[in-house]
Amino acid sequence: MFTFTSNILKNFLSQRATRRYPFETRSPFDGARGMLLNHIEKCNLCSICAVKCPSQCITVDRKALTWECDPFACVYCGICVDACPERALYQKPEYRQVAEKREMISLKGEIKKKVKKETDNGIESE
Amino acid sequence: MKEETIPVTKETVIGETAKLKIEGYRFVTMTCAELDEKQVDVIYHFDKNLQLKHFRLTVPKDTLIPSISVVYQSAFLVENEIQDLFGIHFDNLFIDYRRTLYLGGETIAAPFCKFTVKRTDKSAPAAIQAET
Amino acid sequence: MSKTIIPFGPQHPVLPEPLHLKLTVEDEVVTEVIPALGFVHRGLEKLSEIRDFHQMVQVVERVCGICSVIHAMCYCHGIEEMMGIEVPPRAKFLRVIWSELHRMQSHLLWLGLFADSFGFEALFMQFWKIREKVMDISESTTGNRVIVSVNVVGGVRRDLNSEQISWILTLLKDIEQEIGALKKTLLTDYTITKRTVGKGVLTKHQAYGIGTVGPVLRGSGVVQDTRTLGYAAFNELNFEPVVESDGDCYARTKVRFRETLQSIDLIRQAMSKIPNGEINVKVKGKPQGEVVSRVEQPRGELLYYIKANGNKNLDRLRIRTPTFANIPAILTMLPGMYLSDVPVIVLSIDPCISCTER
Repeated sequence: MFTFTSNILKNFLSQRATRRYPFETRSPFDGARGMLLNHIEKCNLCSICAVKCPSQCITVDRKALTWECDPFACVYCGICVDACPERALYQKPEYRQVAEKREMISLKGEIKKKVKKETDNGIESE
Repeated sequence: MKEETIPVTKETVIGETAKLKIEGYRFVTMTCAELDEKQVDVIYHFDKNLQLKHFRLTVPKDTLIPSISVVYQSAFLVENEIQDLFGIHFDNLFIDYRRTLYLGGETIAAPFCKFTVKRTDKSAPAAIQAET
Repeated sequence: MSKTIIPFGPQHPVLPEPLHLKLTVEDEVVTEVIPALGFVHRGLEKLSEIRDFHQMVQVVERVCGICSVIHAMCYCHGIEEMMGIEVPPRAKFLRVIWSELHRMQSHLLWLGLFADSFGFEALFMQFWKIREKVMDISESTTGNRVIVSVNVVGGVRRDLNSEQISWILTLLKDIEQEIGALKKTLLTDYTITKRTVGKGVLTKHQAYGIGTVGPVLRGSGVVQDTRTLGYAAFNELNFEPVVESDGDCYARTKVRFRETLQSIDLIRQAMSKIPNGEINVKVKGKPQGEVVSRVEQPRGELLYYIKANGNKNLDRLRIRTPTFANIPAILTMLPGMYLSDVPVIVLSIDPCISCTER
């Protein structure tokens, strides 16, 4: 009959199991897949990431020299990070923050305008 | 597929299914795949002791196929799904949802087919009835 | 004897996902049941026409949240068999480890929901507290808690080093101890046995004839577990399918509880036998042919039919999930039961409706 009493007494006398969330947060684990960002100075605009993305959230425009990503369509799978030949893409361990508005192309700081082109040695790949 | 596949026709499918039931096979599922503009392929999967066996039935798109829910009652759910998504109609279903299982009721086209063939004597969608 | 028709669902506190049952009730005893689905149909199989076969791994993982790594594993097995790719042995063992971790997480979630269905919220919270430890293991080794995305065609994407392995083994010891402490409450408490023993009985003949799979079938005495086929690294591990013979809700609870402890043992065996080597191979070419592949999900046997004809996109992808096979069992289990037993019985088949109606 009293099979659960020992568990109740143990929980009563020990620390609480939950965290008081907005005041205490847990630091994320090292390999966690969070926000997607790009070291634009390493990016070659080859668009391999745009071709491989399962949710097609990356747009690369070679004429206007832009790399755009929609953080609300991205599913944070990390396939683009593995596929990038220049290792320019990386993911931070923290998640994308909540936002008030969702805009179709330009988002909170995710548009990177690439200003210089690769002109030496013809490293441009398709 | 590397397991045994037996071709059947509309007239022999119930007989072959009943033979498998007597031998102790259990019904796993049915698959429907569109072959080209006019034909579909309906594949039945059965299993005994983790060994699979398949039947393949190739029919034109506006055929009325006899339902195997007279032999395996639990097949009614997947046959209703094929009816909704591919537009193939089954005869003598255990419970016939009349194309309202996934679809809204007004849909005439078959969502999973690239080419839909219109049936001439399509019955209007009605409430769910259990026909035992 | 007046007949009333009562709708159960689509929204119900006990159901994790929407399912509608039309119950015909005479004086509190259920006489007939008609199910209705279609509330979360997303048409994911049709996405194979526009996404190529590598991108489909990510789509297929999102069919179900609780059992996602096993969907990806089944799909990758099918494509690898079609293209003749040989996965390295280390990747096979890693796939086993992650899928057994997922099985534990799914069964602990179900045990908590089951306790909540008859109001035992304290036990529900205790099971989910243990589940948090398993989620921590998932997040630190793969990067995400629920949809872990480690399988690719040709192997896995992440590796485990020896430090992570010893940390996982320590955590597993704690988890085993905590689950063992709740065993007596779950299996011998008076209220739990009164509400589950003798309810929703499926005899052995009925369970096999209706075509049920998974713990519903094993709880009725049929010895069948798709893991004995020996896919991934299961042919090198020792285990026996967990079987009970009564066929009621209590037997199914016992099967799932014992399977959780069996998964801990399987993970330990896999970690002791894991060889060194690469974790994936490069994939060249396009798939061609037809293949059927099966794996064992926490809810039962999962079947994939894949057809391809040499293009980048597949011709047809068909997924048959275990809950799809278990729903017709409700039509046999419910007649003759009281109305207040309906939520407990429906939850005992572990309905995952988002899998059913992908």
